[in-house]
Amino acid sequence: MRSCRDISALVSQGLDKKLSLRERFAVWLHVMMCNRCRNFQKQTQFIRKAARHYTDDLQSRLGKKS
Amino acid sequence: MPDTLFTEQTLAEQRPVLFRYALLQLRDSELADDAVQETLLAALQSASGFEGKAGVRTWLIGILKHKIADHWRRSAREASVPEFTQTDEGDDETEQDEFFMSNGHWNGGPKAWADPEAALKQQEFWTIYETCQNNLPPKMAKVFMLRELIGLEADEVCREAGLSEANYWVTMHRARLRLRECLEIRWFNNTKKEKHHA
Repeated sequence: MRSCRDISALVSQGLDKKLSLRERFAVWLHVMMCNRCRNFQKQTQFIRKAARHYTDDLQSRLGKKS
Repeated sequence: MPDTLFTEQTLAEQRPVLFRYALLQLRDSELADDAVQETLLAALQSASGFEGKAGVRTWLIGILKHKIADHWRRSAREASVPEFTQTDEGDDETEQDEFFMSNGHWNGGPKAWADPEAALKQQEFWTIYETCQNNLPPKMAKVFMLRELIGLEADEVCREAGLSEANYWVTMHRARLRLRECLEIRWFNNTKKEKHHA
């Protein structure tokens, strides 16, 4: 049984590379039972989306200024 | 000759990433655009300088960094460079586990967020997002920005930031833990704001 520390680390890695089947399965099992890790998963996806918005917005803001 | 390695197409594909990289440092789209154009031109003229080991993008970013450095030298505004040149360490190793207890369970940990999508549309949210991002320790912020704002792949970030792969995973994990916590405290759990918008 992996800890929340390990699972959240895998969730984070999963945003930057393809996890192995075993890793994905471990995350899936854990997240089914663990609200906080499930929240972490959703929130890190949200943060990625926010970062993209932020960059787009920055590009248009700095673009307009000049 | 090796210039058949690059079509203009190959180089043009790298342009958005290079532009974001330049923009985040120069904070001016015209300057960023100039730096990127000079970079692509230099790349076309010296395709033989490319050794193929590190990937086209890493090579181009190397050139771009020189162009940006040239800019700072010319305008003698070195004082405002810091963003990507800071080195780090110090404050981070000690608090490695503020987020987890010794048995690996969350210490506190992520609560449910109400309607994050709505936050994307609110100006105040972006102020807080920016604050949270800027509050990351410098090296961590750099790694996060290279990955999430500029859009480099993990291995490219490692080369760019001089990180081992293992270090990269740890750094990104912590960056996300910190950002998440900061957004939760300052935005999603901040009851003042909800009253304010009710």
